[in-house]
Amino acid sequence: MLWFILRRCGSAVIVLFLSSVLIFLGIRALPGDPATVMAGQEASPAAIEAIRHEFGLDKPLPAQYVDYVVQTVTGNFGRSTQDQLPVIDILAERIPVTLELSALAMLVAIIVGVGAGIVAAVRRGRFADYVATGFGLAGLSVPHFWLGLLGILLFAVTWQVLPASGYVPFTEDPGQNLQRMILPALVLGTGFAAILMRQTRSAMLGALSADYVRTARSKGLPEVKVVGAHALRNSLTTVVTVLGLQLGALISGAVVTEQIFVIPGFGKLTVDAVLTRNYPVIQAVVLVTVVGYVVVNLLVDIAYAFLNPRIRLSGGGHD
Amino acid sequence: MSLLEITDLRVGFRTEDGLVQAVRDISLTLDEGEILALCGESGCGKSVTAMSVPRLLPPDTTELSGSIKLDGRELTTLPESELRRVRGKTVSVVFQEPMTSLNPSFTVGYQIAEVLRRHEGLSRQGAAKRAEELLELVGIPAPGRRMKEYPHQLSGGMRQRVMIAIAVACSPRVLIADEPTTALDVTIQAGVLDVFRDLRDRLGTAIILITHDLGVVADIADRAVVMYAGRAVEQAPVAQLFAEPRHPYTLGLMKALPSAAVNGRLAEIPGMVPSPMSDPDECAFHDRCPRAQDDCRLSRPPLERQADRHLAACFHPGGGK
Amino acid sequence: MTEVMRRTRLWRRFRRRPMPMAGLVLVIAFVLLALAGPLVTGDPAAQDYMATLAPPSGAHPMGTDDLGRDALARIAHGAQVSLQAGVLSTLLAMAIGIPIGLVAGFYRRWLDPIVMRLVDVTLAFPFLVFAVGLAAIIGPSLKGVVLALGFAQLPAVIRITRGEVLAVREMDYVAAAIADGAGDGHIIFRYVLPNCASPLIVQATVAIPAAIIGESTLSFLGLGVQPPTPSWGVMLTTAQQYLSDAPWLAIWPGLMIALATLGFNLLGDGLRDVLDPRSAR
Repeated sequence: MLWFILRRCGSAVIVLFLSSVLIFLGIRALPGDPATVMAGQEASPAAIEAIRHEFGLDKPLPAQYVDYVVQTVTGNFGRSTQDQLPVIDILAERIPVTLELSALAMLVAIIVGVGAGIVAAVRRGRFADYVATGFGLAGLSVPHFWLGLLGILLFAVTWQVLPASGYVPFTEDPGQNLQRMILPALVLGTGFAAILMRQTRSAMLGALSADYVRTARSKGLPEVKVVGAHALRNSLTTVVTVLGLQLGALISGAVVTEQIFVIPGFGKLTVDAVLTRNYPVIQAVVLVTVVGYVVVNLLVDIAYAFLNPRIRLSGGGHD
Repeated sequence: MSLLEITDLRVGFRTEDGLVQAVRDISLTLDEGEILALCGESGCGKSVTAMSVPRLLPPDTTELSGSIKLDGRELTTLPESELRRVRGKTVSVVFQEPMTSLNPSFTVGYQIAEVLRRHEGLSRQGAAKRAEELLELVGIPAPGRRMKEYPHQLSGGMRQRVMIAIAVACSPRVLIADEPTTALDVTIQAGVLDVFRDLRDRLGTAIILITHDLGVVADIADRAVVMYAGRAVEQAPVAQLFAEPRHPYTLGLMKALPSAAVNGRLAEIPGMVPSPMSDPDECAFHDRCPRAQDDCRLSRPPLERQADRHLAACFHPGGGK
Repeated sequence: MTEVMRRTRLWRRFRRRPMPMAGLVLVIAFVLLALAGPLVTGDPAAQDYMATLAPPSGAHPMGTDDLGRDALARIAHGAQVSLQAGVLSTLLAMAIGIPIGLVAGFYRRWLDPIVMRLVDVTLAFPFLVFAVGLAAIIGPSLKGVVLALGFAQLPAVIRITRGEVLAVREMDYVAAAIADGAGDGHIIFRYVLPNCASPLIVQATVAIPAAIIGESTLSFLGLGVQPPTPSWGVMLTTAQQYLSDAPWLAIWPGLMIALATLGFNLLGDGLRDVLDPRSAR
């Protein structure tokens, strides 16, 4: 187990290293001279030269990379070109908003998706299965942002039961916060619920036709136990794997959802930064995404190992 | 009255291509303490016949008719909830595949204790204690340590013994063993058969042994039913069956016996088993049969008494007087 | 069994199922809309100042937008953009991914571990962040969208091709051909590529709808196709501004995306059942 975790950590570090090099090179590949870009369009040649020196851009590339890593690790991402605020402060303000949205969406997805998947598998070929499968296909086919628009159209414009957009910090007013988060979380969660439902259903169908489920039935166990303990336990590894694979899509989805509902989170920051060519922010946002992605994947791997005694006890790999 | 009475059992499975008739008009009885072997090639319907008793067949695609009476109680119409009290308690099963029949996510001890807690109302500790005794009973060394292990840590033979421990945990009256020794080494086979014999001697458990291995039949069974293409073609006490096989198919199986080491495959009988989709009025074995004559193609031979307690379905039975 | 017979039998199995057939119909309708639609409908840029934000009517079956442009004409032209994004990105991914997968599968000792590690890493990487980076570097455009979407599919294509190479090399008759000294090129074209066809077709039915959604999402965010080019995503950006005055503008493009995507998903599910019995359940 320990060996397994160590190996996973090792590969996570390699991924982080490769990614940081890629991002670093990506910044250098930006159109125009970074010093010119950072200094702004009206800067004098002397100011540009000063920035070039200040940021060490006159050093050779490997040295620049080392500088870059040192700065990043110490949390120094520079200042936003829009409002001159330190990027690290902006991140600290935006990230919790997105975390809340993602967590709520995941909650929706797990409850609806796993629940519907189990029901669909158990009631295979019956009405409930068709409803769940239909929901799965629809959820897979409808783009998040359109679902968001429809949600606003229905709940905010037509029925006027929920606010269309905006954000109130949870610490300020929890009720208002949830009222404004519920629609975005539902919108973001629906797509993942669909994916989870399909995967849970097929994993459960596999498990339900497995020999060990037949053994469980032959013991005279009640169906709740056969499905809920014997089959589900073996399907959970699949569900966790799918959750891990969907993390990237979740981040992408959060970007879109925040844009529609005008939620000042990490995703909106990302889009705004690109649209305003705010390079220090873009660079930080991409890096934070990569780090977050690697760390969460590591956690998923460890959760996977806990669920699967084969890995937990032997320390072997996935395959 | 026999412990188990199966009368005119027919089992079919609905598939995309139509109804596959796996079992056709099987009737048989099982007495207390008797070991009955069901033999025949793969696909002859022997497993399906046995699995019909605790109704462990896929409910939404299975078509079953006929009667199965256990202690005079009809099982085919018993509600699921009642049947769940029979499964694992009165009728239990040892499955063929020891590698996949145990749940990979639970410890061996848990999987044995589970059935005890369900039917015997034992506490967690009581069930665990009894489970350990059962592991010892089926001959697993260091049972205390094995209790806490997962199936993948055990060899195939050990897993099969765990399966047996689960099956015998509640001292069932009928034990169905589906090819229990096929996946095992010859040395372990004998040990498994000893466990069965011991169970019968001590508790009077009746055993339905599904096998294509006539060596195992000769070793342990009291009586045997030979099945072919979903029907019983011969039925006799084991000694008599081996001394005077009447049906040419049984004879073919016995001739194949010395080389049965090759996976028990009966390449020695030429030809193919007829399709389970159609059922013409003829002897199903006629194109593979050395004794086949015109009458075998015109109608189906009924299962008739050849000698005392010896039945065979053949117009041209061999042996006898 | 001959290849023709096999195809006929697969088609018969496929035709019997209503859902994949419905999917096929939707996909054909979508392709027709993209190819023939723009010829039939009018100019998507023609502005009718007398009828801005007009509800659906005889002259404008889907209504008009804030500049008085016919929504139907823009939908038809938008279908073309969606189809381009879907097909071009998939072709791009195959053109790059298949050779990489082949090489990784054939030279297992050297390249395989490196390639597969990279594939694992990129498999779940947030595609939008990648697209964002790309948009930042080359500027928002259809070209950027196709590149980003193509790159996002790459890991899956590499993985499938490599998996088939490994599976095919294990087959007895291929092992025999290798033992007979058949060259790598012969093995690749005679055995490996034909075996890759089925899983790659199924993969395309997953990738194309994902790309359609991806294109519209990026364009909606302003990171993809730029106005005035009519893309369904761009149309929805406009619609969001006039949600309470002209809700129909939000309905049509979204419905088109959903139907096109649904068509490919249904078709893909059906093809998977028929072509890949291992995963059929």
